Amino acid sequence: MFTAVTIAVLVAMALALFRAYAGPTLYDRILAVNVFGTKTVLLIAIVGFLMGRPEFLDIAMVYALMNFITVIGILRFFEYSSPGKSANSETVKD
Amino acid sequence: MSIVATYLSWALLVIGGLLCISGSVGLLRFPDFFTRMHAASVTDTLATGMILAGLMLQAPTWIVLAKLIMILVFVLLTGPTAGHALAKAALHSGLKPLLPGKSGVLEADTKPSGGV
Repeated sequence: MFTAVTIAVLVAMALALFRAYAGPTLYDRILAVNVFGTKTVLLIAIVGFLMGRPEFLDIAMVYALMNFITVIGILRFFEYSSPGKSANSETVKD
Repeated sequence: MSIVATYLSWALLVIGGLLCISGSVGLLRFPDFFTRMHAASVTDTLATGMILAGLMLQAPTWIVLAKLIMILVFVLLTGPTAGHALAKAALHSGLKPLLPGKSGVLEADTKPSGGV
């Protein structure tokens, strides 16, 4: 039963990766990374149960926190130095 | 483990798995960023809740159960918060949500909606 859910989560992660690749705006990509992160938390928990290793849940807990901090960090970075029209322009406006 | 708990956890796991996939399909097919974010964050919290509840039913010891409950609390707290911060940052940077035009038809995301 766990393998079925593992495959479902892996498919969800693959689709999120595709959105990260194809996402037109920057915020689509951040959203896709956020979805990928929470699915990774699930994957770690399920594989921990699949292989009978209860200590995986600690890793899943840490990963859930890291995922949140990362998303907030990226948003904080892009909120003030918006990349402007040319995405790779180094000039920060304000 | 009583049969009922096993079947219930299997049902929860299957529903959680399907919700995961539906959330990701919604992430792909919706026309605009904000609709995609709705699809992603709604199923994110619900699918996580379902799958973790399914795992809780099969937790061998109470320590594992406590860890699962903590993970569930963390994700249910941080998921919506991250979604809110993302939406605020997107709106703040000028990304307009896709409102139905005069003709009432939602234009797809092909034309740059003034966003980044």
